Amino acid sequence: MTRAGIIGYGVSIPHWRIKTTEIARVWGKDGEHVAAGLGVKEKAVGGFDEDSATIAVEASRRAVKMSGIDAQKIGAIYIGSESKPYAVKPTAATVADALMAGPDLMAADYEFACKAGTAGIQTCLGLVKSHMIDVGLAVGADTAQGRPGDALEFSAASGGAAFLVGREKIIAEINHTYSYTTDTPDFWRRQHEEFPMHAGRFTGDPAYFKHVVSCAKKTMEIAGTQASDYAYAVFHQPNGKFPVRAGQILGFSKEQIQTGLITPVIGNTYSGASMIGLAAVLDVAKSGDRILCVSYGSGAGSDGFDLTVTSEIVRHKPVAQVQDLVAKKEYIDYATYIKNRRKLKSL
Amino acid sequence: MWRNIPERYNLLGTHCQTCGKYYFPMRRVCPTCRRKGKLVDAKMPETGKILSYSQVFVAPSGFEHETPYFLAIVELANKATLLTQIVDSKADVVKEGARVELVFRKIYEDSPEGAIAYGYKFRVV
Ligand SMILES: [Zn+2]
Repeated sequence: MTRAGIIGYGVSIPHWRIKTTEIARVWGKDGEHVAAGLGVKEKAVGGFDEDSATIAVEASRRAVKMSGIDAQKIGAIYIGSESKPYAVKPTAATVADALMAGPDLMAADYEFACKAGTAGIQTCLGLVKSHMIDVGLAVGADTAQGRPGDALEFSAASGGAAFLVGREKIIAEINHTYSYTTDTPDFWRRQHEEFPMHAGRFTGDPAYFKHVVSCAKKTMEIAGTQASDYAYAVFHQPNGKFPVRAGQILGFSKEQIQTGLITPVIGNTYSGASMIGLAAVLDVAKSGDRILCVSYGSGAGSDGFDLTVTSEIVRHKPVAQVQDLVAKKEYIDYATYIKNRRKLKSL
Repeated sequence: MWRNIPERYNLLGTHCQTCGKYYFPMRRVCPTCRRKGKLVDAKMPETGKILSYSQVFVAPSGFEHETPYFLAIVELANKATLLTQIVDSKADVVKEGARVELVFRKIYEDSPEGAIAYGYKFRVV
């Protein structure tokens, strides 16, 4: 069987942050209480001129630089997002031109709530393993929106990650991938509606935990592994609490989960969330480390990945490490946040 | 607007092989060598420094919601110069000589229904 895996990756996290306590102040809520309950201290907010396309481009350019490949080698680009700048016009084409990767490539935007980016990794893996293409690019990027005053507003954030999948100079081999999918109405956004709806507390047990845990178990069964075989585990992170509990259910220690847990300091970047977590793990991983990564998308499904870091990792350094991007920040107040995210109808 | 995507997205400019100068945006004729100039496409470097700047408080139509913002003349590493917005950078770091790097941002959208133009801006490193 042909080996394939990640040959480069890049992350984009906007410069601006808003604290959970600042959002709570505006709505007369106890900010410390909300932050502790969600496990989210602050979130990343895109600037006035940022959207999921600009975030996808920044992450993708970093991935290409890290891999050292000529962008013309990219044979497919898939962008996963639920906050596309256009309802009908592919972000993938914008990314292709911004990388000077076109015009000879396959390209499409994917949709599956927060797991559309990892679905792109699976597609690239299939195309690369079957030798239809040499290198594929999968991106998860969002500028997530919560309705002002809604619980989602405390966590919905902006950010993204890009992964290049190839057969040569693999830094993390994808040994196995598996997906778990059911029709579950936990979270949705109807056509022409600006903000998503969610089924409140329902989004916990029957949705997130059922899918993430089932997918992780089956992925490990296929791989013939158990929790103790992994140096790191990364789960989709809509808040700071869910992934920790999912890890506990599956028998992972806090140490195995901590490195890939980024939502507490940047918020839930939706399609970007599990992929940024995986990037944070690869930033520090060593040759031989095994990683389990499980995404989750409402609606609902999970994609599981069993990866092994190779010795190639020492020859490819990320352009920007996740922890450095997390640290590089400036705080804005609620009014600036509303202006930047264009929640005022006149904007 | 889509015609100059290589310039706006990737800073594709012009190099004169006769005198060695770089130009952005693209030129059809080298201002120094005139007809003797041999021009080829060249991707501009992604870093440079601020030569001069100003902060815009009253913006032209289409940019009103972005004020206040910084406009700067940036000298790229190959000495080509360009006019650009400086983003993600507070007033105390935007100064003459500050090192900047290329970013990809929304430049303009004519309305919520209209097309979005993306392109280059810079930020202080
Ligand atoms: Zn010349």
